[in-house]
Amino acid sequence: MSDARMSGSRIVLRALEDQGVDIIFGYPGGAVLPLYDAIFQQNRIRHVLVRHEQGATHMAEGYARSTGKPGVVLVTSGPGATNAVTGLTDAMMDSIPVVCLTGQVATHLIGNDAFQEADTVGITRPCTKHNYLVRDVDDLARVIHEAFYVATSGRPGPVVVDIPKDVSVAEGEYVPPGTVRHKTYRPRLKGDPGAIERAVKMLISAKRPIVYSGGGVVNSGPSASRLLTEFVRLTGFPITSTVMGLGCFPASDPQWLGMLGMHGTYEANLAMAGCDVMVAVGARFDDRITGRLDEFSKGSRKIHIDIDPSSINKNVPVDVAVVGDCAHVLEDMIGVWKSSGVRPDASSVEDWWNQIDTWRGRDCLRYEQGDGPIKPQYALERLRERCEGRDVYVTTDVGQHQMWAAQFLPFEKPNRWMTSGGLGTMGYGLPAAIGVQIAHPGAPVVCVSGEASLLMCIQELSTAVQHRAPVKVFLLNNRYMGMVRQWQELLHGGRYAESYMDSLPDFVRLAESFGVTGLRATEPGELDKVVEEMMAVPGPVIADIRVDPDENCFPMIPAGSAHYDMLLGPNGDTEVNEDGLAVV
Amino acid sequence: MDTEQRYHTIAVLVDNEAGVLARVIGLFSGRGYNIESLTVAEVDTEEKLSRITLVTSGTPMVIEQIKAQLERLVPVHKVSDLTVDGPSVERELALIKVRGSGEKRVESLRIADIFRARVVDSTADSFVFEMTGSTEKLDAFIELMKPLGLVDVSRTGVVAISRGAGPM
Ligand SMILES: Cc1cc2nc3c(=O)[nH]c(=O)nc-3n(C[C@H](O)[C@H](O)[C@H](O)COP(=O)(O)OP(=O)(O)OC[C@H]3O[C@@H](n4cnc5c(N)ncnc54)[C@H](O)[C@@H]3O)c2cc1C
Ligand SMILES: Cc1ncc(C[n+]2csc(CCOP(=O)(O)OP(=O)(O)O)c2C)c(N)n1
Ligand SMILES: [Mg+2]
Repeated sequence: MSDARMSGSRIVLRALEDQGVDIIFGYPGGAVLPLYDAIFQQNRIRHVLVRHEQGATHMAEGYARSTGKPGVVLVTSGPGATNAVTGLTDAMMDSIPVVCLTGQVATHLIGNDAFQEADTVGITRPCTKHNYLVRDVDDLARVIHEAFYVATSGRPGPVVVDIPKDVSVAEGEYVPPGTVRHKTYRPRLKGDPGAIERAVKMLISAKRPIVYSGGGVVNSGPSASRLLTEFVRLTGFPITSTVMGLGCFPASDPQWLGMLGMHGTYEANLAMAGCDVMVAVGARFDDRITGRLDEFSKGSRKIHIDIDPSSINKNVPVDVAVVGDCAHVLEDMIGVWKSSGVRPDASSVEDWWNQIDTWRGRDCLRYEQGDGPIKPQYALERLRERCEGRDVYVTTDVGQHQMWAAQFLPFEKPNRWMTSGGLGTMGYGLPAAIGVQIAHPGAPVVCVSGEASLLMCIQELSTAVQHRAPVKVFLLNNRYMGMVRQWQELLHGGRYAESYMDSLPDFVRLAESFGVTGLRATEPGELDKVVEEMMAVPGPVIADIRVDPDENCFPMIPAGSAHYDMLLGPNGDTEVNEDGLAVV
Repeated sequence: MDTEQRYHTIAVLVDNEAGVLARVIGLFSGRGYNIESLTVAEVDTEEKLSRITLVTSGTPMVIEQIKAQLERLVPVHKVSDLTVDGPSVERELALIKVRGSGEKRVESLRIADIFRARVVDSTADSFVFEMTGSTEKLDAFIELMKPLGLVDVSRTGVVAISRGAGPM
């Protein structure tokens, strides 16, 4: 008998170790007790005990997005698995690599409505990239290695491995990674040279070009951001990005137009509308970008670089599709651009930049602080100033505060900005920040949150304390589900149905009850002191920033509208109309 | 943009493992694609491969999405659009039960003969016909059986394969 024989739970731990896993986010229960026993008997892998399985999945996402490595989750059968579903769906929508191990009732009980049985593979089929039910301990090692391969290659995503209790107890054979090669799943990395050639040619012929980058650049790894930056500087073209791609191109660069989309900048959205050639890099033409499809950038030719063929021509038909990893494709494009003797017509591109500068002159993010209540934008600007020059990681929850954070916090590098974009999961921010902090123990980690979102996973403060994760919750507390209130104000005649929260907790005392520092600012003059203290305190903090409850987030292109229906500010501030676009 | 809905017959080679059909069907229901017909059976016992033949409909953009989404499923080996990838043969099999006596019974036999349907079961007052052919041919036969005492129909759905020597 070879020494590769061991219990299923030891196989799991060995496989995780061989996959380079250092952290598991998890929560125990009956079906995973053998696995917890194996965790207890080793000390290479650290287990972070969460307070709710949803928290574990978001921590794994934060860990993954900030490191580029897959996040690992371990939960029990039944309710453990169902509690993980929101985070799995979130990871699916945002292409985050997560491997989630779920306990399952013993194989002979499956289908019996056994205690804490749930059809986990059935439930998670549509919200995972792939999932497995392991019925034989001899498949266990292979399946776990395969799960890591599937989660991290091509377009990343969550993978569930459901492990019945008898399988984790049984003895089986361990096989190391590397000996496992997947039969069918081998995504294409290199782009087709012909398509790359056509793409570069089209870009060279452009008079009004734009680069539209997205989360795929983060997925590809830091070299993709370097290559994107090199390419953009080489071409001199303007660049905008989705909320998922922030940091892939330095926000301090003059070629940066800010974020595009529903709450994107005036200049970014008008440049998208008026361009004649657009190149999408790892972005998926989401409806928060395109708005009304039949009005989306009607006059442009489009190039799309994406690793997932199903992203191409899904919403918007494109003229040139390059299927491949964007780092590989950008590298090849840089090569073709450099070796081509032809350059874009300089005076046309200059005219285009002049046009863009006029749009920029509109200063679409301006707001007025005045003497009144703290404006959320101002609070973020004070935070921004305090963090200047420091390598800060930022997570957010979902709502107005998320969009203000995207607009007002600049990112110079990828993997520094973690937000729930596709699913828009309130409750993501705090656990994601803890996951980031555990991956980067010394780094400053700030969670920009809203009071409604924060309450969805507030229990994870306890995790932060237990695991010494000194995350800073910068709470833009407007006492409203602000984003809901904003839509009700603008689109539902000001009927504020259930968007005001009565009986909110005192967040300072709430923080203190968890052993966390609680701070508060109610006037603009108090902000700097609170921000300073928040960043200086060694442990976790909730800074309850009481902001103007009536502030709205602009610009805004209401869902399903065209870019020329953009709302630029509170009543009176003009909207854009088609005449305003006569230049393009 | 071409917005015309067309029928496509798509063959999908998959690992014959638990849940694979659920993945394919879940993809169609979850994303709101049509399934006109679907057949599945193991075609390679050594490699444990099954072949799914799907008939679906959609605009060219939707059909392209369907194929890309199918290819994204981990246990899928190959996807082939038989409607556009060259000439192909399509067949369907049906078992059709007809009950009647006298003139009607004779008439149903006469028509079955014309359609080359075989009698696979008969009693004093019923027949079960077996018939293979194109979907349209089966439809036509079933239509003719209605006034003659049609009781029950069981159809396999379309199976298809490309013409010529090449594999899928
Ligand atoms: C309240 C709210 C408001 C929002 N408003 C906005 C807004 O104003 N603006 C905005 O931008 N978003 C907004 N969003 C987010 C929006 O819903 C989408 O999540 C986001 O726009 C999608 O970003 P993306 O296109 O970069 O795609 P992602 O979801 O990041 O997808 C990445 C794409 O890149 C591809 N890819 C992955 N890996 C690679 C690789 N290695 N190489 C090449 N390609 C790869 C994938 O196949 C996919 O197509 C908002 C969300 C919320 C909750
Ligand atoms: C889990 C979940 N439920 C509901 C929503 C819908 N929703 C989007 S934003 C929002 C309000 C968020 O309020 P808050 O966290 O206070 O942020 P604010 O908009 O006030 O900054 C709601 C309810 C959601 N995104 N996620
Ligand atoms: Mg709020």
